Amino acid sequence: MRRVGRLLTGLMDSPARGYEAPDSVEQAVALLSAHGPAARPLAGGSDLLVQLRAGLQKPAVIVDLKRIPELSAVVLDDEVLRIGAARSSAALREEPSYRALFPGLLEACELIGSEQIQGRASIGGNLCNASPAADTVPALLVNEARCEIAGPEGRRFVPATEFCTGPGSTVLGLGELLVALHISRPAARSADAFLRFTPRSEMDIAVVSAAARVQLGEDGRCLDARLALGAVGPTAFIAEQAGDALRGVSPDDAALERVAALAREAAAPIDDKRGSIAYRRQVAGVLAKRALRVALARAAERTRG
Amino acid sequence: MTNESKYRFVGTRPLRHDGVDKVTGRAQFGADFALPDMLWGRTLRSPHAHARILRMDTHRARALPGVAAVVTAADLPEVEPGPGPVNLRDLSCNVLARNKVLYHGHALAAVAATTEALAAEALELIEVEYEPLPPVLSLDDALAPGAAILHEGRAPKRYKVSGPTNVAARCEFSRGDLTRGFAEADLLLKRSFRTQTVHQGYIEPHAVLAQTGADGRSTLWCCTQGAFMVRHYCSALLGLDSAKLRVVPSEIGGGFGGKTTVYQEPVALLLSRVSGRPVKMVMSREEVFRATGPGCATRVEVKLGARRDGTLTAARASLWYEAGAFPGSPVEPGAMCIFAPYRIENLFIEGFDVCCNKPKTTAYRAPGAPQAAFAMESLLDELAQVLKLDPLELRSRNAAQKGDQLAYGPRFKEIGLTETLSKAREHPHYKAPLEAGCGRGVAVGFWFNAGMNSSATLHLGGDGGVSLVTGNPDIGGSRASLAMLCAEELGIEVERVRPVVADTDTAPYTDLTGGSRVTFATGMAVVEASRKLVAELCARAARIWDCEPAQVTFHEGRCLPTAASGLDHSPLSVAELAARMAQTGGPINAQAQLTARGPGPGFATHICDVRVDPETGRVEVLRYTAIQDAGRAIHPSYVEGQMQGGAAQGIGWALNEEYLYDENGALENAGFLDYRIPVASDLPMIDTVLVEVPNPTHPYGVRGVGETPIVAPLAAVANAVRAATGVRMTELPISPPRLLAALGLKQNGGAR
Ligand SMILES: Cc1cc2nc3c(=O)[nH]c(=O)nc-3n(C[C@H](O)[C@H](O)[C@H](O)COP(=O)(O)OP(=O)(O)OC[C@H]3O[C@@H](n4cnc5c(N)ncnc54)[C@H](O)[C@@H]3O)c2cc1C
Repeated sequence: MRRVGRLLTGLMDSPARGYEAPDSVEQAVALLSAHGPAARPLAGGSDLLVQLRAGLQKPAVIVDLKRIPELSAVVLDDEVLRIGAARSSAALREEPSYRALFPGLLEACELIGSEQIQGRASIGGNLCNASPAADTVPALLVNEARCEIAGPEGRRFVPATEFCTGPGSTVLGLGELLVALHISRPAARSADAFLRFTPRSEMDIAVVSAAARVQLGEDGRCLDARLALGAVGPTAFIAEQAGDALRGVSPDDAALERVAALAREAAAPIDDKRGSIAYRRQVAGVLAKRALRVALARAAERTRG
Repeated sequence: MTNESKYRFVGTRPLRHDGVDKVTGRAQFGADFALPDMLWGRTLRSPHAHARILRMDTHRARALPGVAAVVTAADLPEVEPGPGPVNLRDLSCNVLARNKVLYHGHALAAVAATTEALAAEALELIEVEYEPLPPVLSLDDALAPGAAILHEGRAPKRYKVSGPTNVAARCEFSRGDLTRGFAEADLLLKRSFRTQTVHQGYIEPHAVLAQTGADGRSTLWCCTQGAFMVRHYCSALLGLDSAKLRVVPSEIGGGFGGKTTVYQEPVALLLSRVSGRPVKMVMSREEVFRATGPGCATRVEVKLGARRDGTLTAARASLWYEAGAFPGSPVEPGAMCIFAPYRIENLFIEGFDVCCNKPKTTAYRAPGAPQAAFAMESLLDELAQVLKLDPLELRSRNAAQKGDQLAYGPRFKEIGLTETLSKAREHPHYKAPLEAGCGRGVAVGFWFNAGMNSSATLHLGGDGGVSLVTGNPDIGGSRASLAMLCAEELGIEVERVRPVVADTDTAPYTDLTGGSRVTFATGMAVVEASRKLVAELCARAARIWDCEPAQVTFHEGRCLPTAASGLDHSPLSVAELAARMAQTGGPINAQAQLTARGPGPGFATHICDVRVDPETGRVEVLRYTAIQDAGRAIHPSYVEGQMQGGAAQGIGWALNEEYLYDENGALENAGFLDYRIPVASDLPMIDTVLVEVPNPTHPYGVRGVGETPIVAPLAAVANAVRAATGVRMTELPISPPRLLAALGLKQNGGAR
């Protein structure tokens, strides 16, 4: 009496009979181009396999990206952190310098599913899956991440803010894949933070999420502030006016309450089993000011860039 | 604890007998069985919550290559309701719908094919024509005038009403003079409470493998709380001779009451009979949620009368419980439990069993009691607040004592309610300071515990070890506790007792595992069988020593001559006697069977601290203590585990768990992602305090322990939320949106 792993069963039962594991970006692009929409890239599979089992996706070929060195590498130089799109979030967590630079992004990584899920889940997959509730996306937005895309026409860069175009859809064209995310090192006296609201402490999906990044001036005023909201629109987005409201002002409680009100206004949620419109709006405001508070406290402490 | 104990094993914490199998993966659960030539069965489920089946055509499905059998209700015999507590005709209609589908997900056909995928494909080829009917999705819907009726032409039990109704039955309990009781009160309080449909949360989905031979003999492997129950229901529903059906219970990955009936089991048998091949059926998680019996949604109205000193003078309760598609909610146990912990002279309780278009509810740990206690213990909290009494003091003043009569007749023997209340007051938790924004709540839980029929067989091996055979699937540690009782009686090491959960052809008859009854009732059978075995050992020693059995006594695992006999022989151990079985009269086995009377009622007092996020409505449980009278904790770790598990489930029920149905009656959260049972990081370490007031009817004082701990948490949490926020939540779950809305109402000077 043999036991077959459930996830594997999912793969075997699915109509996806083809499995390819190229070891270069060029090969991957060639495979994706040749098969067209019938091919799906696979990173950690923590979204894709679930969708296969539920019958939501029926790809003919699966192109596993994890053997491509470029997609699994993370490189930090003097200017930029470059995260390979298929790198697992657990692996990112292991390097303390990333956390020192982008505590908010790492907080988002740590909230994905559970220890086990994080062992598989990549930031690239999180972004490409294009769920409005994806946890790392708001943190990528406030950090002005740039998406490096490879395709039949070569490479191109797209700002993270433009990458997702709706629930489940992205700017990726035929034969294209996400190679890496590039994030510039933060300036002195700047920092990010991420918070999400879920009824449960883990193994849950954001009802609302908020990421913030601020930069403080020497006088304690806010030089720059960016706020992103998740799960309250078709994609995560930057709440421009909320961020602007903090620029040039001293970030006291009154200012933060103004930001909270603007965040509530910016939120455009839907009513579903995870939360009502009214509730999501309310919590969007709460998370906005709380995330900003955390980011402000961190920024005040970070004297070096 | 063990040092001062008069027992050698009872009260100690040996390694569990099933532990290694479970952690190494050797244990075989329901879905782990397979046979050569096996087919896969899948079930066609209704896409309507309420509809008449006008036509069903299975031709195209049958024609699909690889499909070996297609069955519908037409392949089942029409059965009579029968005399038992479960209506067999309803059960049959639940297993495969006849004429009408009564909930979204109701099974109405099944296919066996060479692969699961083919079976699923065949389901899509079955054509069904429905006449949709208005779905009845709540108590309010069901009781509204002009509501659609699920079971037309069926008269309710003990309930007189003109015209059709969805009420299936009414029950009533009363005592004293309610009017006088309320007139004697200085204070009257009345409130209505609601709870939603909930899932037991067992991790293992229902799974079965059925094999029928050409001779008509069948074997069924499945995960269940009762193999004899499965045999009975399957043979009744299929019109089989039960002697021709052997049911083998697998290791079980949780049940909590959810595996006390049948779903796929008779269908798999039928498919196997039609195809002549083994058929395996494993439910998906979604099917478990959509189509198996949940814990029921309720509305409970309570009115209390009390004197200024807190003495309760009268109590009245009306309970409405959703039965789901077929009659049979646990409203009667709810009604029996609601006032049981308290001495109240004048009371009146009525309960209504109400049908609606949801899956037929089934047992969930102390069925019916948590919902009733939520109402009563919440209102008592309010009473304490109004009277400015300590809530534990209020309960102590009214606590039931030995000799007090229950609303439904019997009088309490020794019970430990007062002890749990005083342990709660002394506990450091109850005295610990609370931070701002936090609150503390307490509540009491009561459950009867069950007795019923049990047997046990002991086989002495030549090595001096004993096989202990029962038919009770082990859902809460019963193998360990039964083995310990046996070891205690025989004076042999616990590891030398091999507890076996056997199939229906091998095990002596036992009722199912439920009602917290196994360590109590089957335990009594084990003790009795052990004593018979000891008597036989003494007889063998007498034979060896050539004396009368009466001249032999048994002490700590050895036979020795009695002092009065004047004989001088060195003692003979169980192992020595076992080694000489063949020369002294042959194999040594013993068996006992009984109807266990006098299960000891279980009482618990729980203390809960919460912090409420006033801006989001999220509740965090900071500290939790469960104090319970276990009668006697045979294996204390298991008892503590039961208390912690019950508390965890109750906390989930209080805070986040609920089935969410859309307006058509489709379940929107049919999985553990959106049906939120607590995860480990949601809970603090749950502290436990064992109280031991022995149950006089059990040789070791055992009371059931498994169900009592889920009764108190609903109100303990709600009372803590009240203390933290000033808002009384009368509706569960206290999910963040619901609590935030209530907090907003309070701020805006709304009601309460
Ligand atoms: C139990 C569980 C809990 C979860 N909890 C969370 C949570 O808390 N928060 C959260 O945000 N998510 C959660 N998820 C979803 C999922 O884990 C994350 O979205 C994860 O980051 C996806 O990464 P992956 O590497 O597994 O992606 P995959 O499943 O491999 O891929 C996701 C999608 O992106 C495409 N894709 C992947 N890589 C590329 C690429 N380089 N180029 C182009 N397309 C690509 C795939 O084709 C697929 O459509 C959970 C999932 C599960 C199963």
